[in-house]
Amino acid sequence: MTQSGQSVEAPMLELRHLSKIYGVDEAKVFALDDVSLTVRKGEFIAVMGPSGSGKSTAMNILGCLDTPTSGHYLLFGTDVTGLDRDQRALLRRYFLGFIFQGFNLLARTTALENVELPLIYQGIPADERRDRAMEALTKVGLQGRADHRPSELSGGQQQRVAIARAIVTKPGLILADEPTGNLDSARGREIMELLVQLNRDEGLSVLMVTHEPDMADYANRIVTFVDGKIQSDRVRDHHAA
Amino acid sequence: MLLEALRLALSTVFRNKLRSFLTVLGIVIGVASVIAMVTVGQGSTAQVQSDVASLGSNLLMIRPGAPGRGPGGGSNDAAPLTVADMDALVRYIPDITAATPGSAKSQTVVFGEMNHTVQISGTDNAFFGIRGWTLAFGRLFSDGEMRIGTPVCILGTTTSEALIGEGNPVGTTIRVGKISCEVIGLLAKREASTFGQDDNDIVVMPLKAFQRRISGNTNVQSISVTFRDGASAEDVTAQIQTLMRERRRLTGDQNDDFNVFDMKQISSMLTGITGVLTGLLSAVAAISLLVGGIGIMNIMLVSVTERTREIGIRMAVGATEAQVLMQFLVEAIVLSLIGGALGILLGLGLGALGSYALNISFLPDYRIIIASFIFSAFVGVVFGYFPARRAARLDPIEALRHQ
Ligand SMILES: Nc1ncnc2c1ncn2[C@@H]1O[C@H](COP(=O)(O)OP(=O)(O)OP(=O)(O)O)[C@@H](O)[C@H]1O
Ligand SMILES: [Mg+2]
Repeated sequence: MTQSGQSVEAPMLELRHLSKIYGVDEAKVFALDDVSLTVRKGEFIAVMGPSGSGKSTAMNILGCLDTPTSGHYLLFGTDVTGLDRDQRALLRRYFLGFIFQGFNLLARTTALENVELPLIYQGIPADERRDRAMEALTKVGLQGRADHRPSELSGGQQQRVAIARAIVTKPGLILADEPTGNLDSARGREIMELLVQLNRDEGLSVLMVTHEPDMADYANRIVTFVDGKIQSDRVRDHHAA
Repeated sequence: MLLEALRLALSTVFRNKLRSFLTVLGIVIGVASVIAMVTVGQGSTAQVQSDVASLGSNLLMIRPGAPGRGPGGGSNDAAPLTVADMDALVRYIPDITAATPGSAKSQTVVFGEMNHTVQISGTDNAFFGIRGWTLAFGRLFSDGEMRIGTPVCILGTTTSEALIGEGNPVGTTIRVGKISCEVIGLLAKREASTFGQDDNDIVVMPLKAFQRRISGNTNVQSISVTFRDGASAEDVTAQIQTLMRERRRLTGDQNDDFNVFDMKQISSMLTGITGVLTGLLSAVAAISLLVGGIGIMNIMLVSVTERTREIGIRMAVGATEAQVLMQFLVEAIVLSLIGGALGILLGLGLGALGSYALNISFLPDYRIIIASFIFSAFVGVVFGYFPARRAARLDPIEALRHQ
């Protein structure tokens, strides 16, 4: 584990000997096998690896949607491993933003209302909610589509709405599991450029799972999983600020 | 947050109007039947009570026929009563203060173009006092008219209005069956009706005129007597029974072939029956509310399954278990309250209709309305809780992966 970083700033998140085991006895699967990882504020990390290597499992634990079987997960210096469901919900509400492969927008609800959703749970008053949701939609270039429902938007636009929803709470970390997986490569690149821009301009940390080396190229660090273990972890110099 | 949940519930409910309506139909029917039952039940209880009051106190009625048939026992083979029986009752039982004979038959009465079918009563002037009638216009029967059976009649307001119209009918002549009959009086209108029949629809004529021209015999169908305050109904009844057995020459081992009814007792019995019926029907209504609640639970469970991914999304952006629970619980309560409100409206409508049909007063009870509303909310909480809890306990990862 890198010790040098601590003098500058505590790591944003840290996995210590984390394992996730599914099943019992012979059917036991080590989805994650003794994974240790440190992520600093402002990093843009691509997580790669073959199917079934544990990428989504890791993202779910990092996103406080799931709990590890053993090991520790420190978020902003606090061990969140032992937290209950509601405490994890609060962490997601205030510190994390999610982007999914399948967009996961609420159907029959406008783009603006979708972006407002996390603010409702933060108890933000309606007026402020609208303003902030509108601001987030503007950042992703969809200010003109605020009243459209997901079914009236293209895939790329839907994913932008999802990004607006993820950033509207100004979270420290964005977790994206194959955000370009359902998009063609041109649309995928637009999404990547948007994420890079948010990472650079807003100081958002991004952790993104991808199968496509083209998309991973946008990140400044690439972590590769194989069989639930981190096989390689390399920083790409040309992107480092 | 509660406000948001309410807003969300309303928009969800109204987005799918038909389904929401079908979901709450059970509650609507349950609440509507409770309200209608209780409204009509209370109307008829009030009715019976006012009937008791209008019958006057200390009233007994004697009719021929074996006991146990009820006051409307109708034709039977027992020897009929006569005016002589009535005179004997008054003479030999000092507790009896007044007596009046009563015979009645349904007849068509005609005036000009108008005709109307009505109950014709043959009686004497004591009838008016015993039954609490007063005259609005005209006069009672004269002694001469009573003695020789002159065809004169006194009308109730309903009859008079149906035949002659508003106003004073005294002096006109109507045809009753085959005879012409001069109208000499109009009864003052009264609100009471006896067990659902309009009291004001009546034609009264001297007993002798009735017997001679309408029934064609000298029988008396019933004798009503009043007894003095302080005497007990049981005691007077026993005296009447002894006297009547003697007059009808019944020997020791023969059963009574006449009936003595205490009108008050019958009225309170009817009130009791009304109460039991209301209770029974309310129980049926409560069961339909229960079924309605299960209907809501069923649809809420379907809804939770359909909206699993939505629940996952809400959890991902930070909804706590309590907030998801609240969302679905509020939705169930909103549904059942809408059902309750519709049920109350429908129930009041049916109650008004029923009261009109039964000719009793429409007496909606605000306490029942409030109780129905609260009970609807309660049904929503009880039957919404299980689906809501199921939603709240979903695993966010699995919920997001759903479909
Ligand atoms: N809920 C579960 N129950 C049992 N096994 C599971 C479960 N979720 C994941 N696994 C197993 O854990 C391993 C890692 O799965 P994971 O979804 O993390 O892979 P992945 O790297 O995201 O793959 P992909 O690239 O296909 O998305 C796989 O072997 C998978 O079968
Ligand atoms: Mg995956």
